[in-house]
Amino acid sequence: MEKKIKLTIDNRPVRVAPGTTILDAAESVGIAIPTLCHIDLKGTCVKNNPASCRICVVEVEGRRNLAPSCATVCTEGMVVYTNSARVIRARKTIAELMLSDHPNDCLTCPKCSDCELQRLVMRFNIREMPFTGGEQSARKKEITAAITRNMDKCILCRRCESVCNNVQSVGVLGAVRRGFDTTIAPTFDRMFKDTDCTYCGQCVAVCPTGALTERDNTDRLMEDLCDPNKIVIAQPAPAVRVALGEEFGMKPGSIVTGKLVTALRYLGFTKVFDTDFAADLTIMEEGAEILKRLKAFLAGDKSVKLPIMTSCCPAWVNFFEHNYPDLLDYPSSAKSPAQMFGAIAKTWWCERRNINPKKVVVVSIMPCLAKKYECEREEFCPDGQPDVDYSISTRELARLIKRANIRFTDLPDSDFDTPMGESSGAGAIFGATGGVMEAALRTVYEVHTGKELQKIEFTEVRGLEGIREATIDLNGFPLKVCVAHTLSNARILMDRLRKGELDYHVVEVMACPGGCIGGAGQPYHHGHVEILQARAAAIYREDEGKAIRLSHKNPDIIKLYEDFLGEPLGERSEQLLHTHYFNKQIQ
Amino acid sequence: MDEDDCMVSVAKFYLEFTVGESCGKCTPCRIGNKRMLEILTRITEGKGEMADLDQLQNLATVIKDSALCGLGQTSPNPVLSTLSNFRDEYVEHVRAHKCRAKKCKALLTYTIDPLRCKGCSACAKSCPAQAIMGETRKPHVINPYVCIRCGMCISRCHFGAISVI
Ligand code: SF4
Ligand code: SF4
Ligand code: SF4
Ligand code: SF4
Ligand code: SF4
Ligand code: SF4
Ligand code: FES
Repeated sequence: MEKKIKLTIDNRPVRVAPGTTILDAAESVGIAIPTLCHIDLKGTCVKNNPASCRICVVEVEGRRNLAPSCATVCTEGMVVYTNSARVIRARKTIAELMLSDHPNDCLTCPKCSDCELQRLVMRFNIREMPFTGGEQSARKKEITAAITRNMDKCILCRRCESVCNNVQSVGVLGAVRRGFDTTIAPTFDRMFKDTDCTYCGQCVAVCPTGALTERDNTDRLMEDLCDPNKIVIAQPAPAVRVALGEEFGMKPGSIVTGKLVTALRYLGFTKVFDTDFAADLTIMEEGAEILKRLKAFLAGDKSVKLPIMTSCCPAWVNFFEHNYPDLLDYPSSAKSPAQMFGAIAKTWWCERRNINPKKVVVVSIMPCLAKKYECEREEFCPDGQPDVDYSISTRELARLIKRANIRFTDLPDSDFDTPMGESSGAGAIFGATGGVMEAALRTVYEVHTGKELQKIEFTEVRGLEGIREATIDLNGFPLKVCVAHTLSNARILMDRLRKGELDYHVVEVMACPGGCIGGAGQPYHHGHVEILQARAAAIYREDEGKAIRLSHKNPDIIKLYEDFLGEPLGERSEQLLHTHYFNKQIQ
Repeated sequence: MDEDDCMVSVAKFYLEFTVGESCGKCTPCRIGNKRMLEILTRITEGKGEMADLDQLQNLATVIKDSALCGLGQTSPNPVLSTLSNFRDEYVEHVRAHKCRAKKCKALLTYTIDPLRCKGCSACAKSCPAQAIMGETRKPHVINPYVCIRCGMCISRCHFGAISVI
């Protein structure tokens, strides 16, 4: 057994493995040292450890100055105090210094009540602002399609920078200027919109303050819901229903699908449909594309582009458009489920009901911020009319529910409307990394082999490992698949593809850690990976509870093809459900 | 450094250097040194308060104790040592608005000794702020609210009538 290190923290004996930080050692005995810059989503690559905020300092006997507990490793016999007068004073002073260069307008701040800085200030009993002085003024504000940036509220923890550089490998964010005038921004202090930013929003997901938040569409939606001339229809994504409850104090991993539908109805949506339905539709199209390319490949066609890559994550789409414009033929041309839904709603559904699509407002409720941007892409706005009018995040929906005086936890369950409300378990698992792949495999297997799956789950593609691979036996043909989440892992795959060294047949990429359950529109995880794990487990529980678990067996999907689309990759499907990509490289 | 030096100014001089050199990574150095510099500047301008001295002491201690690198850990030393060895000078700046080394411009008063002044108006002609008034051949006076403490008049007076207190 590994030798343990013995030390005392606040007079309590602690034994930890070598290499453990004081912060983690303290945590193991229930001492919660405050932190701010530090974040470590254990088991994923989301980590920021610059030891720069100095909020976590502790007193170590025999050491001249205070030690940052997040970056100081325990040594044998160490005597640590996390709450001595000296420590308490330093911590409070440091927080007061932050406030002296901060707008302190919590009352109207989008992060109010969910802000890590605000929590520290409450915890440290700061009741006045002892420091006055100049505020840094050169910081920018910007509202993009997806993200709101207000750098006055930045406390320079640099979590966003670490995530954008290390987790996403996009490298848009960094320090501009130095000393007191430092700000975090794209190089040359450009605006987001002039950069390679993918709008994945992971910088927002980790920002402890109100500096980076979502672009808020709640007022717009409130107005539309109150407009008697508009027909507002909702489509919530798979990952929303396993996270929304957290905003109302429910346990992470609570499945609140039924309450979600009721809440949307009470909010005034005319119809509550389901993006899960569209996820099944995506599988029909993408699955057909996989089979088509495979068939050509097996017939000896050398020009066929393999691996085929999933295309339902708009941040990933942005990423390859910006960075791999030479490889645009590889990803599937299938639109994201949300966009497929919009296209079908504004054609088929409107036609069958004799509704003027111009009166219909399709709102997607997403774990995602990139989807806000996706709605504005020109190719998704035929004749200037967006298929999906706009998107709100899980967090925004929670705010709306509270604003509409709905006590969420007391809501009864109800069912989605038909005909775009029925979904299979395959659609449900889209929300977790590996889910799209698993859903596709279920359908591809059955359609290709003509056999029924004995075991429906493909657990080998599940998990939090950054890149996972598996080989599936398709009637003797070894189908090699690979699943990646976060864009740094996508970059590894794309670089290999460029060199011709990627010998998979199908690849799934999701930009967010854990997939959409870890999306930037979800309730903030504040660094707790258990929350993501609980959401993922819930997604798979939801799948298990479904009567239908294969996309091609969803009766509503079958009906849609019979009634309107014809067949996957047919003329109408191509026109409504598929898209094309652009070279967006910044010169 | 000798008796002619103002200890508050000395501390401020060193701090200007660290504020300029701070990389901006850690909070205590990035914001703390800036705040210390602002307090010292206030004191040298006669706008300091006694509470500022406690604030300085606290800030300097915390920054030294918690900054990330050597620069920030040593930057408060001049403040700490002058505060402990020359506290009376700080107090004098704050309470009496007086800089005994005559280094803090804002705390200086230029005056004309009426017994020595011959009323030649050389000073008044040289004053860029037109702070000096008086009739020819009668003692002149300097309006302290207008004077910008440039020292020009002293060099122009042939009779040694102007001094700084
Ligand atoms: S970022 Fe946090 S501390 Fe700052 S104003 Fe917003 S809620 Fe308050
Ligand atoms: S949205 Fe994503 S790509 Fe854009 S700056 Fe944030 S982390 Fe980087
Ligand atoms: S924007 Fe947010 S995450 Fe980025 S450095 Fe500032 S406070 Fe930290
Ligand atoms: S992984 Fe999901 S939540 Fe994240 S950007 Fe992609 S689609 Fe949006
Ligand atoms: S103490 Fe060092 S790391 Fe911290 S801001 Fe100053 S120079 Fe940078
Ligand atoms: S010090 Fe300068 S401004 Fe003041 S009275 Fe003399 S010449 Fe005028
Ligand atoms: S949390 Fe340790 S220095 Fe910021």
